[in-house]
Amino acid sequence: MSDVASDVIAIIVKKKRVDKPTVEVSDRLEALGLESLDAVEMIFDLEEKFDIQIPYNANTSNPRTEFDTVGDVVNAVQKLVDEKKS
Amino acid sequence: MSRVVVTGLGAVTPLGHTVPSYWENLKAGASGLGAVTLTPTPEELTQKVVAEVKGFDPLKHFPERQQSTLDRVSQFAVVAAREAIAQAGITFDMPLSVRTATIVGTGAGGVTTQDDGFRRIYLEKRTRLFPLTIPKLMANAPASQISMACGLRGPAFVVASACASATHAIGIAFHMVRAGSVDCAVTGGAEACITFGTLRSWEAMRVMSPDVCRPFSKDRMGLILGEGAAMMVLEPLERAKARGAEILGEIVGFGMSADAADLTAPDQGGMVRAIQGAFADANLVPHDIQYVNAHGTGTAANDDTETKALHEAFGEHARKLAISSTKSMVGHALGAAGALELVATVLAVRESVAPPTVGYLGPDPSCDLDYVPNAARKMQIDVALSNSFAFGGLNAVLAVKKFA
Repeated sequence: MSDVASDVIAIIVKKKRVDKPTVEVSDRLEALGLESLDAVEMIFDLEEKFDIQIPYNANTSNPRTEFDTVGDVVNAVQKLVDEKKS
Repeated sequence: MSRVVVTGLGAVTPLGHTVPSYWENLKAGASGLGAVTLTPTPEELTQKVVAEVKGFDPLKHFPERQQSTLDRVSQFAVVAAREAIAQAGITFDMPLSVRTATIVGTGAGGVTTQDDGFRRIYLEKRTRLFPLTIPKLMANAPASQISMACGLRGPAFVVASACASATHAIGIAFHMVRAGSVDCAVTGGAEACITFGTLRSWEAMRVMSPDVCRPFSKDRMGLILGEGAAMMVLEPLERAKARGAEILGEIVGFGMSADAADLTAPDQGGMVRAIQGAFADANLVPHDIQYVNAHGTGTAANDDTETKALHEAFGEHARKLAISSTKSMVGHALGAAGALELVATVLAVRESVAPPTVGYLGPDPSCDLDYVPNAARKMQIDVALSNSFAFGGLNAVLAVKKFA
């Protein structure tokens, strides 16, 4: 697992609302019980951790549909981290 | 129990610094939204659009010596209170002075003073703050300043319930006048929190629209932060009649509730209980009401939930209501919003004109009522509601009746 993936999972673990001992990249965010404020807090934590800007408006976006799985979040963060490096 | 009437209105808003200018602009569907100018470094902000009270010169209203004692929020509050009292034509001599309440809603208090102070010590590394920093920023300052400026010596305090503050304040003042515990009240709300720190905090909520506030519309993108103040004079009907005052409208009901649910997500049940509380307090039934000045923030969640709450509270009659959000024109003035909106509601009832919801692009499937899109509507209005639903799940609703 990449460093980004393990860091993203560590953040999502803190926000999940279901009793599940481990979080995998294949897990769906919906199945982890993330609510709207949890998503906003997760995005903040990701931005702080990776020093990136994630465009997100709670009125028009739904992270549970834009980011279906944990892996989708990892890929989006990885993309922004790579863009920042280049 | 006395009937309670409104005999004076005052307002400082993004659409004018007096009630007549505010109301004419609301009816015309004007926009008070624009670029941020109040913070020293607006270019650093992601959120570029707000609804500021533009061109407000405190020196026009207060002598220079007094400037160091008044935060912007208190300046707005006092200017609006003076306008309302002047219209009411009341002089607060004894014993009326001690029998008059000053009840003001504010969500944030003197945030400009706080923001400026923090910038000074944290950023500029200065070692001392201005001597009156504390009494300028304290949340009760707007009520204190009105009481001092206008000579009101009865019960005076600030009510804080975020976006419902002013509606709670006016509701409590209404109940005090109705019960006879005071003979008059100056009441409303004030807010002036367009600061760098506040805007950054709102950005973090991810609920702000980047450009326009379109309540209840398809493709709505969120709220726009506003500011301002509105005040009114409430009196028992008999007292107003005895002194030959012009009666602008009657407050007939007040309902409030708490969701006891989510910190930020709106709750249909809490909204419905506040609306039904206002019905019960006023002895009204749903079909008595023609117009609702909605909370209508322009967020996806509020407008959808408020629409469902109106369906539940009004039943079939919901489809006959004219509903509008004046926040589309003046933004969301948080603790002042309920007062700005009650002024609009009183005048809507008085003139039988429903102000519009501007920026409306077309129906959203989850918002299926009549939102008076984009143009004011001349219509018979006998009774209207004004809704306020706050973060923290605190809800307040007022009912206004045409005076006859």
